[in-house]
Amino acid sequence: MNIASLLAAKSGQPITIRPERSVREAVALLARHNIGVLIVVNEANVPVGIISERDIVREAARNEQVFGRTVGEIMTRDVITGVPEDDLASVANVMTEKRIRHVPVVDKGRLVGIVSIGDVVKAQRDKYRGEVETLETQILADNN
Amino acid sequence: MAQPGTDAQPLRVAIIGSGPAAFYAAEHLLKREGLVVEIDMFDRLPTPYGLVRGGVAPDHQKIKSVAAAFDKVAADPRFRFYGYVEFGKDVTVADLREHYHQMVYATGAQTDRRMGIPGEDLQGSHPATEFVAWYNGHPDYQDCRFDLQQERVAVVGVGNVAVDVARILCRTPEELAATDISDQALDALRQSRIKEVYMLGRRGPAQAAFTNPEIKELGELAGADITVLPEEVELDPLSREALEKSQDRATLKKVELLHGYALRKPGGKPRRLILRFLVSPVELLGNAAGQVVGMRLVKNELRATPAGTLQPKPTDRFEELPVGLVFRSVGYKGVPLPGVPFNESWGVILNDKGRVLDPDSHRPVVGEYCTGWIKRGPTGVIGTNKPDAAETVTCMIEDFGQGLLLCPSRPEAAAAEALIRQRQPNYISYAAWLRLNELETARGRAGGRPRVKFTRVEEMLAALGRSEGA
Ligand SMILES: Cc1cc2nc3c(=O)[nH]c(=O)nc-3n(C[C@H](O)[C@H](O)[C@H](O)COP(=O)(O)OP(=O)(O)OC[C@H]3O[C@@H](n4cnc5c(N)ncnc54)[C@H](O)[C@@H]3O)c2cc1C
Ligand SMILES: NC(=O)c1ccc[n+]([C@@H]2O[C@H](COP(=O)([O-])OP(=O)(O)OC[C@H]3O[C@@H](n4cnc5c(N)ncnc54)[C@H](OP(=O)(O)O)[C@@H]3O)[C@@H](O)[C@H]2O)c1
Repeated sequence: MNIASLLAAKSGQPITIRPERSVREAVALLARHNIGVLIVVNEANVPVGIISERDIVREAARNEQVFGRTVGEIMTRDVITGVPEDDLASVANVMTEKRIRHVPVVDKGRLVGIVSIGDVVKAQRDKYRGEVETLETQILADNN
Repeated sequence: MAQPGTDAQPLRVAIIGSGPAAFYAAEHLLKREGLVVEIDMFDRLPTPYGLVRGGVAPDHQKIKSVAAAFDKVAADPRFRFYGYVEFGKDVTVADLREHYHQMVYATGAQTDRRMGIPGEDLQGSHPATEFVAWYNGHPDYQDCRFDLQQERVAVVGVGNVAVDVARILCRTPEELAATDISDQALDALRQSRIKEVYMLGRRGPAQAAFTNPEIKELGELAGADITVLPEEVELDPLSREALEKSQDRATLKKVELLHGYALRKPGGKPRRLILRFLVSPVELLGNAAGQVVGMRLVKNELRATPAGTLQPKPTDRFEELPVGLVFRSVGYKGVPLPGVPFNESWGVILNDKGRVLDPDSHRPVVGEYCTGWIKRGPTGVIGTNKPDAAETVTCMIEDFGQGLLLCPSRPEAAAAEALIRQRQPNYISYAAWLRLNELETARGRAGGRPRVKFTRVEEMLAALGRSEGA
């Protein structure tokens, strides 16, 4: 199972922001969409970073002027990106091992989605549940 | 007008398709406490169950028995089946909007993915989807022909469908005769001259998509010896490292099974099943008559993507594999339904958790939902569709609670039936299907088979005492 099948039933585009925007704008976007991270993209829509609630809180703890800073200044830069063909299992491993909670997915250079650790855990659980539910349906069928 | 969801006005739901996802969705809806719902389920085929009838291999009867669980859902008095009624042809979105408060698309993945290599369309190169539908008696595929007089066959891909295809090709006539494989396929496979079946994986043993019970079964065939090349089953350093780290039990077991096969000595069975790894077809080779005579394979190495997946990378080493028949089993693919937003990138209906989305605004389209393979893509076993359908039904109930429903002008069962009777006078009710089912099983009884399928729509109609156009 690859991560394309994880994106298939998730609504459209991930929410993005440009690095030169202010943290204030980032916070507004997070609040409006009720999400925890924004993908930071350049003019070609290529991911260059990620900014999370955590990044902002961490900065706020040491800097009263956090809202005036730019997204580019406080975002996490070394983002691990995925491709649709990535196996679910290996993405899950990388996320736990490197303690990352979001992986932007890029297809032919274009941002096509984002998977969160929650998505990955749910997909793994559904895979396991599938086997169990098949058996249960068989048992139900046999009990005539 | 009465509040929908009550005895006075049941919530009217149309479900398009009658595979596992459709039945699980129906079950979740019918079980809902405090909601009066009526379900009309449509299928373009006269017969229900989707891939349980037309996909699951005939030598896996135990799995096919899940159909009996679906019959229990269908026995609910608030459930109706309209078989042989195609969405997009006999009825349209616009028709259904006039008759139902909500509709659910559960149409599965109706076609195959392509490999995109030269020679793919030569004679003798077929998608596995067609072969599977043919041997399972799907009415649309009964005119397909497969040249089983060839001695060497390649199956591209190492998913569970590839395993099904390879196994059916390796089964003895006696084994097949005890199944509900179509009569036509049984005859053709009886005459088969196939000696060698190759299964081709583009990655290594640790990345193979097949599951362990399926690969174990391949080692227990009465009529075929399985082999794996020792050099291809040895894990490369990257795979070994990944496996050591993850300690994934299923993968460890899979690799162990395959190692066992590499050590086996041929047992003198009439056929050989050869599992190959780390090879990709780059071209199918044809003769002057346009018939496949072989394929050119490139050897692959594995490389890690940034997210840790080991992907095949072609080397400059090639080989030619002489084969006269090729089955491409590289995945199924969804097809768009007329008037329903589609996500071309993933080959599914454009949706969020089962809510169909408007392609421009990305907002939910009121009253339209999807579930199963047409929602999440062509992966997962039968039971995977149960939680999937539950997620969709949860969205439907939430929206219902918010009053987000269609406003049909004729929300009565009789009005829908009148429309369908007008569009498809020969529609098949569940009672009619159960009669067909009895006839099929009766036909099988004499030969000690689970059933002998009707494989043509005319045959089915005739068995019910009807005729096309009547
Ligand atoms: C070859 C094969 C073998 C498999 N074997 C197993 C197995 O052994 N065990 C297991 O657990 N899983 C197996 N699976 C997986 C399982 O079959 C799927 O998970 C499941 O069938 C998907 O359910 P679905 O309802 O989404 O689609 P489907 O089962 O494909 O059902 C879709 C239905 O929609 C109908 N339809 C399509 N278009 C229209 C239209 N326009 N109007 C009306 N009706 C329409 C179709 O006729 C079909 O009946 C197998 C899959 C394949 C392909
Ligand atoms: N008995 C059962 O329980 C049973 C039986 C049948 C089907 N099913 C289920 O039904 C679903 C569909 O099965 P499936 O076999 O169609 O799909 P699948 O499991 O996704 O397997 C597809 C196979 O094709 C390969 N492939 C894809 N593109 C390729 C290319 N261009 N060249 C070479 N190889 C390519 C894949 O390799 P990569 O991994 O490298 O992409 C993989 O080996 C699965 O979830 C399966 O488990 C279950």
